[in-house]
Amino acid sequence: MSAEQEVLERIARARRRAPRLREERITMAHGAGGKATQTLVEALFLEAFRDPLLARLEDQAVLGLGAQRLAFTTDAFVVSPLFFPGGCIGDLAVNGTLNDLAVGGARPQFLSASFIVEEGFAVADLRRIAAAMAAAADAAGARIVTGDTKVVQRGKGDGCYVTTAGVGLVERDVTLGAATVRSGDAVLVSGPIGDHGITIMLARGDLDLAADDLLSDTACLWPLVDDLLEVAPGVRCLRDATRGGVATILNEIATAAQVGVVVEEGAVPVRDSVRGACELLGIDPLYVACEGRMVVVVDGADAEPALAALSRHALGRGAARIGTVGDEPPGLVLLRTQFGGTRIVDLLVGDPLPRIC
Amino acid sequence: MRFVDEFRDPAMARALAREIAARVVPGRRYAFMEVCGGHTHTIYKHGIEDYLPPAITLVHGPGCPVCVIPMGRVDDAMHIAAQPGVILTCFGDMLRVPGGHGSFLDAKAQGADIRMVYSPLDALKLARGHPDRRVVFMAIGFETTAPSTALTLLHARAEGVTNFSVFCNHVTILPAIKAILDSPDLRLDGFLGPGHVSTVIGCEPYRFITQRFGKPLVVAGFEPLDILHAVALLLRQLGEGRCEVENQYGRAVTWSGNGRAVEAITRVMELRPHFEWRGLGFIAHSALRLREEFAAFDAERLFEIPGVRVADPKACQCGEVLKGVLRPWECKVFGTACTPETPIGTCMVSSEGACAAYYNYGRFQRQRVMAAHSA
Repeated sequence: MSAEQEVLERIARARRRAPRLREERITMAHGAGGKATQTLVEALFLEAFRDPLLARLEDQAVLGLGAQRLAFTTDAFVVSPLFFPGGCIGDLAVNGTLNDLAVGGARPQFLSASFIVEEGFAVADLRRIAAAMAAAADAAGARIVTGDTKVVQRGKGDGCYVTTAGVGLVERDVTLGAATVRSGDAVLVSGPIGDHGITIMLARGDLDLAADDLLSDTACLWPLVDDLLEVAPGVRCLRDATRGGVATILNEIATAAQVGVVVEEGAVPVRDSVRGACELLGIDPLYVACEGRMVVVVDGADAEPALAALSRHALGRGAARIGTVGDEPPGLVLLRTQFGGTRIVDLLVGDPLPRIC
Repeated sequence: MRFVDEFRDPAMARALAREIAARVVPGRRYAFMEVCGGHTHTIYKHGIEDYLPPAITLVHGPGCPVCVIPMGRVDDAMHIAAQPGVILTCFGDMLRVPGGHGSFLDAKAQGADIRMVYSPLDALKLARGHPDRRVVFMAIGFETTAPSTALTLLHARAEGVTNFSVFCNHVTILPAIKAILDSPDLRLDGFLGPGHVSTVIGCEPYRFITQRFGKPLVVAGFEPLDILHAVALLLRQLGEGRCEVENQYGRAVTWSGNGRAVEAITRVMELRPHFEWRGLGFIAHSALRLREEFAAFDAERLFEIPGVRVADPKACQCGEVLKGVLRPWECKVFGTACTPETPIGTCMVSSEGACAAYYNYGRFQRQRVMAAHSA
């Protein structure tokens, strides 16, 4: 083995060790969805709660209750600004939780909604947020049935934070999860990536950039998942590509299943306006959040019908096959660049876009 | 996308790769240093090494602005940030650079008001918007970024802004290249010249490299085809027995540079007698400070900074990596004790740092992967 290979082996061993939380204080990186978030969750929360359902680290827990299988999830929203092209924190808070249920194969049923509101916040804005939540839940056939409200002093919050929890029913006999992914599977995305993250960044207005055609992609993915599972029983794993983007999801899958994921850069659908903003800002679109797009890993034999099912649906317009799962290199995601070279796509360390959801 | 895809065309890359392979003299090995961290980033991000024959090694140079900032200057900046009413602004890359007492991110978590900006003008805008605060911009970078700092200061003075200052850490590239050429432990066959710096200083100043040190230099752009093209041009020079300064990046760089940008720098800044570079030590006339005339905008004069030299951690071999003597993975702590999450050295922090670029993009067993996926 060459000296370089020995070093790489040593690093791979070091990375397999359980992460240790070294920081004495929380930094913004702990909320970014990358390595620091993963370390925080594994070294602090998993350690404290010690539950096998939680340890799966899926977007939802699937619970057996009598003959029923119930999916259960929760999500908090701190997006800034609260209103942006294509939606508001209310749409995100409902769709985000519905999607965490949907990617577990669950038909969304009921939601809770909790609000932390800052003293002085405009009631008209709160009304707009609530109306958006009602509309989003309605469109998905889900009901908001319980909630809570807290008000904090001026300066102790940033307008309004929303937390939702949701339950749904897994009606089909499917078990989806990153650990079930295996060599030979195909990797699809359900549409162009990065719209939401770049929309938010531009909406903040501190970059003097504008893209007229760009809207957040926030949407409930259940109708798309429902169609997909109907025609493609070989679906192994679904994830909505929120914070950390497609790259983070693929890394979680590669680690959980100890497989190598190879992505073709040229096949990844990205709108020109998103790509342009990313080029200017030095951001890789693979890490930019979406709020209505998912990564689908499906048995290679089912890749064609799965892609066809996605493409037929309005929510899956622009869906594409972007990569393949193999045995090498275990636990890593590789990108074949458009230029024809190969490189790693790792978890992000820092956070290029804080508070996008 | 126009103006990007043209410079990433795989068919042209294959043509250049064929030319490069044909120009390599059998049995000879070549080491070319890309001076600029932007090049290092491009090389790894696009997987350019896949196109180069094994006889060619690209050696990563010192041109990474964040990498060369010594720990003492990070501590000085944190000291400024801790003063009452101060908002310290910096480029995003600086946030994770470790000083003697943690990084800006740590200081921020402990209550310091440190903000990321994309340009010094944004920092000035912040100062206008917060007349009750003292806004300090931590200026870093080579001749590429120095003009924007200088112009911002000229603006600030013209507008009479009184709550804005600059903590100047600008460095100049030529003394660093000279230090590398003087170093006995490195054998190089040529240089990929720094494209962005050259948009300002032009090509003429590199003549000493060809004349005194006998090494060819090709100023190169930052798209992957630029790098391959520049390598081909270096091989062409060596093959034809020429040793010249050549400009591959003609779409942005002129022979004489940007006179107005240089003038802005010289109006506002002057050379320091010496400056410490991380890992490289003190280099004479290698950095810029504000002229006396701009004392009212000089954070080094407005705040009493400790100015203490902090020795690099013993295990850190950033200096060797910056000089191109060690490849990133040859450093003792690479990838185990020193990672992008918990960097010991600066080269592991910036996206332009050789260690970070290799760790983030190149840390895989290339041959094994190629074999598995072509089977």
